[in-house]
Amino acid sequence: MSGLRAFVVFIFLFISHQIYGVNDSVILADKFPKTLDEFAFFEDKKAQDPADGVLPYELISTLFSDYSYKQRWVYVPDGRKATYEEDWVFNFPVGSALIKTFYYPLDERSLDKGKNMMETRVLLRKESGWEAVSYAWNKEQTEAKIKIAGKTINASWIDQAGEQRSVRYRVPNKNQCKECHATNDEITPIGPKARNLNKIYHYEDGSVNQLTKWLQQEIIHNYPENLVSPVDWQDESYSLEERARSYLDINCGHCHAPTGAANSTGLYLNFSESREKHLGFYKKPVATGRGSGGLKYSIVPGKPEESILLHRMISTDPGVMMPESGRALSHSEAIELIGNWIKSL
Amino acid sequence: MHKIYIKIILFFSLAVIQNLSTEEISLEPSLNSQEELQEALILINSGDTLRLSKGTYYFEDGLSLDVDNVTIEGAGMNETILNFSKQASGAQGLLVTSNKVTLKGFSVEDAKGDAIKVIGAKGIYMINVKTEWTGGPKSSNGAYGFYPVESSDVLIDGCVAIGASDAGIYVGQSSNIIVRNSTAQYNVAGIEIENSYYADVYDNLASHNTAGILVFDLPDLPQQGGHHVRVFRNKSIDNDTDNFAPEGNIVGEVPRGTGIIIQANSDIEVFDNDIGGNGTVNLAIVTYGYDTEDENYYPHPRSVQVYDNRFGNSGFDPDLETGELAAILFELSGGEMPDIFWDGILPMSQIIFGQPDNEKIILGDNGNASFLTISPIKYMIGMDPVNTDYDSFRGEIKPLKAVSIEGI
Repeated sequence: MSGLRAFVVFIFLFISHQIYGVNDSVILADKFPKTLDEFAFFEDKKAQDPADGVLPYELISTLFSDYSYKQRWVYVPDGRKATYEEDWVFNFPVGSALIKTFYYPLDERSLDKGKNMMETRVLLRKESGWEAVSYAWNKEQTEAKIKIAGKTINASWIDQAGEQRSVRYRVPNKNQCKECHATNDEITPIGPKARNLNKIYHYEDGSVNQLTKWLQQEIIHNYPENLVSPVDWQDESYSLEERARSYLDINCGHCHAPTGAANSTGLYLNFSESREKHLGFYKKPVATGRGSGGLKYSIVPGKPEESILLHRMISTDPGVMMPESGRALSHSEAIELIGNWIKSL
Repeated sequence: MHKIYIKIILFFSLAVIQNLSTEEISLEPSLNSQEELQEALILINSGDTLRLSKGTYYFEDGLSLDVDNVTIEGAGMNETILNFSKQASGAQGLLVTSNKVTLKGFSVEDAKGDAIKVIGAKGIYMINVKTEWTGGPKSSNGAYGFYPVESSDVLIDGCVAIGASDAGIYVGQSSNIIVRNSTAQYNVAGIEIENSYYADVYDNLASHNTAGILVFDLPDLPQQGGHHVRVFRNKSIDNDTDNFAPEGNIVGEVPRGTGIIIQANSDIEVFDNDIGGNGTVNLAIVTYGYDTEDENYYPHPRSVQVYDNRFGNSGFDPDLETGELAAILFELSGGEMPDIFWDGILPMSQIIFGQPDNEKIILGDNGNASFLTISPIKYMIGMDPVNTDYDSFRGEIKPLKAVSIEGI
């Protein structure tokens, strides 16, 4: 009797899962599922086609992660909405999820040749707050499994210039997620701030501003009209200052802020910081050790080669480089940008 | 039928009991130590102990712990070795970001950055732990051995720190701190207390570093104005290693052969220490030496009491190459380096109107120790500013309260 009931429940869950898309109970469960599949965020095994209610999005300015490409999706359960928070990420309702897949195209010169997925990270809004976890893709790209302790993947791709590139790619462990995603010791998303979403996205059914779309789709209640947005640091129509500060904000400002994990350094690189000393101008290092590279100040205006900040962006030595995690390669385009900015100061 | 039920009930009640009681997990070295240990550090529950059996564990990535109220215990600092010589990522060996954590009986070797970093912990107890860079003093060694920062209730007891290119034991922007029974050797700074409140540093040995014990305060930081630090019953002797800190760091300015430096802190006691064999100076009490626009920062040392110390040889091999301290002192003293030096620098109002009594430097009995300070007003009007009159700094000693940590 009870066996039969269990069977019926199983079948019902199986069917409802197929019809209704995302599995809300898996998002809210105490334990993370073993595989990405179980969330049912995607209709296909290869996690390309989002399920109903899962909407892709892009950010104006993004974090450098060893030249990997990122695809992002947002999910807010039916009947609930996120609310706008000034200067911060949207306040998402319980049951929401942010999903991000990291991948390398096989050949950057022709993206349709296919890609190699590394991992899919999810941020889950549970009753008790946000939780972060990552699922690493197998070589065959058929399944993404939970990796509590992280994973190392030796990946390679062909870059824009036709060069073969390779990287020791690190899937972060649960604690490492927190290294970036913590504010006042609580896990929090970083990307989906209204100001960072304020751009056109090319949806299948037409191109429209993402915030407009989110309002239409009832993902959010509201957003303010006059948003001051960071700029795409790659867009050369903006000033050097705007591009450099936007890059530093998204790549450094989540830790290097008065509320971030690196606040003990006194170096603050978030967008709203305006005190020159805290931005690093002639600021002596505190606990930098050999990270200083024999240099005296974080930023020496006019002299990129004497600035510790740039030295630590260039380095790939784990005891020296910044950010501390999330990269094994140096970001040459950004090094050029920040170098030019320091030179212009 | 009933028997089965009883078995099931027993099984479940046992499971419940196990869940409630504290658990012990044991690990041994393996080829997969990175994943095994990191996974154990993530899955460990509050109240549990993770035991690390004797042997050497190799890691390619930093380790981290973010669970409150747990113990990580090895078979002893010379038995259980966490080796990071092949580290390819991670800015430190072990990172702790949770509260009430006990680390005990193991060693962290050759980390690429800091060895053990602890951020924002309320309760971190490191007992009989060693951090070492095994290739001797080198500027390519990591900065800190023990590095608790923004933490409170910090205990470092019976630990050993060797080879750090900044400080072997460094406590920064923290409060309620005990560093005791520990040994710091062949570091740039042996033990350093920086921008911290209420610290007791006692029964330690600091030798063969560039400088033995530093109590510092720096501007432009979230926590500053270091105060209430007691340095007592330590041996800060034979600190004779050339400064190997990478340039740019404040300890890079510290001359080889320094016993103790007190800089820009208030309410400090230095007593009952053995300080000797330090080629530049045994004890220096100094002002923060750089310009700062930080209005909340006070750069001068205040209310420093020095008594009952045993001073041995010093000044026999001053390091005139590193920083300015040794060179200035050498010039002022005409080569007769004192045991105790106070730079005498005060805010302008105090140069003119004098220093309030409760902010003065107080000297008690220190055997035959020699003393040298500078009178800024004499310096300004072109007179000989050097003052070596020890007795004019004698005064009543007012002991500070001992630090206590709950449960220790």
